[in-house]
Amino acid sequence: MSKTAELLNGAAELFPDEVVTEAHVRHLDLPGNAGRFALITLDNGHDHKKPSTFGPQSLARLDGAIDQVEREAAAGEIVGVGITGKPFVFAVGADLKGVEALKEHDQALVIGRGGHDVFSRLGALGVPTFAYYNGAAMGGGVEVGLHCTYRTASAALPAFSLPEVFLGLVPGWGGCTLLPNLIGAERAVSVIIENSLNQNRQLKGAQVYELGIADALFEGADFLEESLRWTASVLKGEIEVVRAEVDRGEAWDEAVARGKEIADGKVHGAAPAPYRALDIIAAARTGDLRQGFEAEDNALADLIMSGELRSGLYAFDLVNKRAKRPAGAPDKQLARPVGKVGVVGAGLMASQLALLFARRLEVPVVLTDIDQERIDKGVAYCHEEIDKLLLKGRVNQDKANRLKALVTGSLDKAGAFGDADFVIEAVFEEMGVKQQVFAEVEAVVPETAILATNTSSLSVSEMASKLSHPERVVGFHFFNPVAILPLLEIVRGERTDDASLATAFATAKQLKKSAVLVKDAPAFVVNRVLTRFLGEVLGSIDEGTPVDVADRALAPLGLPMSPIQLLELVGPAVAHHVSGTLHAAFPDRFEVSANLGRIVEAGKKNLYTYETGKPELDPEVATLFEVGGTVLTEEQVRTRALDAIAQEIRLMLDEGVVAEPQDVDLCLITGAGWPFHLGGVTPYLDREGVSERAAGGRFLAQGVASVPA
Amino acid sequence: MPRTARDVVFVDGVRTPFGKAGPKGIYHETRADDLVVKCIRELLRRNPSLPPERVDEVALAATTQIGDQGLTLGRTAGILAGLPKSVPGYSIDRMCAGAMTAVTTTAGSIAFGAYDLVVAGGVEHMGRHPMGEAVDPNPRFVSEKLVDQSALFMGMTAENLHDRFPHLSKERADKFAVASQEKAAKAYANGKIQEDLVPVSIRRTNPEGGETGWGLATEDEPMRPGTTLESLAALKTPFRAHGRVTPGNAAGLNDGATASLLAAEDVAGELGLPVKMRLVSYAFAGVEPEVMGVGPVPATEKALRQAGLSIDDIGLFEVNEAFAVQVLALLDHYGIADDDPRVNQYGGAIAFGHPLASSGVRLMNQLARQFEEQPHVRYGLTTMCVGFGMGGTVIWENPHWEGNK
Repeated sequence: MSKTAELLNGAAELFPDEVVTEAHVRHLDLPGNAGRFALITLDNGHDHKKPSTFGPQSLARLDGAIDQVEREAAAGEIVGVGITGKPFVFAVGADLKGVEALKEHDQALVIGRGGHDVFSRLGALGVPTFAYYNGAAMGGGVEVGLHCTYRTASAALPAFSLPEVFLGLVPGWGGCTLLPNLIGAERAVSVIIENSLNQNRQLKGAQVYELGIADALFEGADFLEESLRWTASVLKGEIEVVRAEVDRGEAWDEAVARGKEIADGKVHGAAPAPYRALDIIAAARTGDLRQGFEAEDNALADLIMSGELRSGLYAFDLVNKRAKRPAGAPDKQLARPVGKVGVVGAGLMASQLALLFARRLEVPVVLTDIDQERIDKGVAYCHEEIDKLLLKGRVNQDKANRLKALVTGSLDKAGAFGDADFVIEAVFEEMGVKQQVFAEVEAVVPETAILATNTSSLSVSEMASKLSHPERVVGFHFFNPVAILPLLEIVRGERTDDASLATAFATAKQLKKSAVLVKDAPAFVVNRVLTRFLGEVLGSIDEGTPVDVADRALAPLGLPMSPIQLLELVGPAVAHHVSGTLHAAFPDRFEVSANLGRIVEAGKKNLYTYETGKPELDPEVATLFEVGGTVLTEEQVRTRALDAIAQEIRLMLDEGVVAEPQDVDLCLITGAGWPFHLGGVTPYLDREGVSERAAGGRFLAQGVASVPA
Repeated sequence: MPRTARDVVFVDGVRTPFGKAGPKGIYHETRADDLVVKCIRELLRRNPSLPPERVDEVALAATTQIGDQGLTLGRTAGILAGLPKSVPGYSIDRMCAGAMTAVTTTAGSIAFGAYDLVVAGGVEHMGRHPMGEAVDPNPRFVSEKLVDQSALFMGMTAENLHDRFPHLSKERADKFAVASQEKAAKAYANGKIQEDLVPVSIRRTNPEGGETGWGLATEDEPMRPGTTLESLAALKTPFRAHGRVTPGNAAGLNDGATASLLAAEDVAGELGLPVKMRLVSYAFAGVEPEVMGVGPVPATEKALRQAGLSIDDIGLFEVNEAFAVQVLALLDHYGIADDDPRVNQYGGAIAFGHPLASSGVRLMNQLARQFEEQPHVRYGLTTMCVGFGMGGTVIWENPHWEGNK
């Protein structure tokens, strides 16, 4: 047994449940009498819904296949070796479950070295090697091809990426080193850093070719046939593969610097992965592959043992699995069909909702409001947005016609909602107004129609309390911007029945939102956590900490924006209103900042001016401030805020606002854009000891979003 | 409105390598529509001067038009092949003569002026669609003795043909079969066949069939070079005890697809497309279903009559070898020797296989190659027998003909 095989055997013991990707070797005669050829097919034996991955046993299988073709190449029995995937999938990289099982740095090192040892053999076979990217290729899947002499890509390839940095790793099976040497540092930074940090953006086949990663591009209908024909021509010398010269001058440093800027903009220095990847890319300039691979091994091992990666894997799982099967959702069989939607209100939020329902449900959506002018404005907004989609080519003319025809407005609620199955209100956040709206709507809709409220903080139960059928009321809380943020908090009122809730979840799924079931508690999840946290920061300012100090306090977390920027995004008035609601519910924990009140009163929408290019406190706002004499350091503010977050989440879990900490994290990731490297937030609170200190213990067991004990 | 019939030419034809039907066959895990799609794409690739939007019709034949051979294959395969959506398509069925009928029917339409250019071909995946799949013969066939029961089983009709022509013995059939294998092997060795084959990627997940993973089909799977009279003599006669028809002197059960490009001759000229054959005449004829193998005789008579030609004018014959006896019946009718060198020069279906509705274009491909290398020949014909008692014959003129030198 080779040393690699031995190492991989050891790793395999840690991971007995691996879905093994086989590496089948099959021989064929190349067209045009170009000779006998060995083609390796990566295939885990499942269909495309379970893409092939690389765990230790899979690497060992590929190693075995390479043993065979190496012998054949040495014996002159074959003229080349190819590698491709099962239908629709090339290979999607390392098996992440196997990564989660690793407990020690040495074990992690083995995974890195194992991949390198196996893959790099494809670059040293004595005959040329060809990767045929037939379908989805990610991470290690991309990298196995980078070790080959040549590559082709299918024009039908839907997704190609090195997503490691997005999760908290580096492309460590050759990606960081080989890719810049193949296509230059500038393009490599785009693939490894920019795409990855841009919500894991995927490349399509044509782009893989245009970037120079693939040497040829063929259509999906006969991709493999044409790849093999091309292979024959290359081997016979009829086609000469010419690649662009890589610029190893200043451009290389500039590319790395650009990568740092992108990383700073996205993770604000708080996640190590992109920086480690950039270090390796920077060093790859010399073209020394051996050194590069070693750096990859070390970076991979360090990162695999890091809390950031474990949190990243946990977060990835939440948004890909838990978001699709919401905890606590009733049997979906109970859901009633929604064939027509009513929207009460025609303001911006209501109009955004109308557009979303029309686009996703493709059923008639009627806006109502108190006067025709508002209604016309709301409908016009939707129609303009549909025209924009048409201009961008996102919908064709027929679809645009259909969508526009779906969105109408009417002053006559009875006529408009008489046959509606789902009516959502987005009127002013005041209980009395909302109760009255629901009463009017109930009078005209069918008995089973769902009445949904987009309230961000009011009690759904109270809103339903005066209706004859309160069981059909659900909270349906979207996040702004509605078209972008995936979260939808679905609120179960005291009397909401299963059928209504099931209908709400089914509708959320059709809307392509990540629904989380929450109890009817003040401000639900995201706003409660954000308001508490913002309250502590504003409290520190009110008590005397300078704004800039308080605002920098959370920077080490790498949140998408600073507390003050968040306040500006939400709007001081809304923030003030929500804090009032929460203060009423929990007066000992939620203060209403008097300074914030004055800002709202003064009609200021922003605290900062950006005139110098950098955020600075607006002097007009500064004059409104009345502060105390307690000056905290950044660290003190951070501790205070984090402790408060931990405490609040613990209380929410105790109250049963959501089922598990996972739901809080999912909400923060999908509703507030909190980063993967924090895992939402509870993995971070656990690993930083905040949970122990402020919330009576960990939120998640050791091994969940952390290295197993 | 005055009309002028236009000359129709065979521009090009390709096919997949043919496979053996069944779980160990090369195409066991390949869809039928994919097979014919690869042929259409190859035609377009080989004829880059043809703007795809100029194709006026895609006529594809299949005998069993369900599943991956259903859904109006001519239309769906056109879209799958990447033809513009403006190009229409339809499906055709005349069992074994499906592709031949696709050619003649669209050729007739070209002559009429309805089309300039068409793709015509066929596919049969007999592994995925065994003969007789989902058929439901009307009970009147039997109750009113419209046909004998044997008419539904092609092997039995071949035995019936031996009965009708007792001098066409099993020995003569076997000898013809051996020669077919020899000629096919020679044609392969000389590279006559491969030029018109489109390689097909083939997947295998069951190790019982051989190496697993993706492979590439580049040659016909059914061929048995080195077949001898002795080895054939030992084969069983599955259609009748002590009968004469064996798997050795008949075509097997096969998977494969073909496609050809036909054009009005002036349009071919305008687009700079090659002309491999010029259509002279075609005819189909019916015979008693119990002896369907004799179908080519009346079909050929009719086609010759229409063309004003006699059998002596035909310099090359491509006769489908569903059964050796059926070829012999045609030759015998015209007094042509069993081993006449003008007949099936590259071998036939006994060696290459016979994926029912696809075979007609294979005959044409081979005749076209022979025309090219034999410019002294002016006329050739492609003919085949068809289930339920039919025959079809197409007579072609060699555009390379050098005249009566």
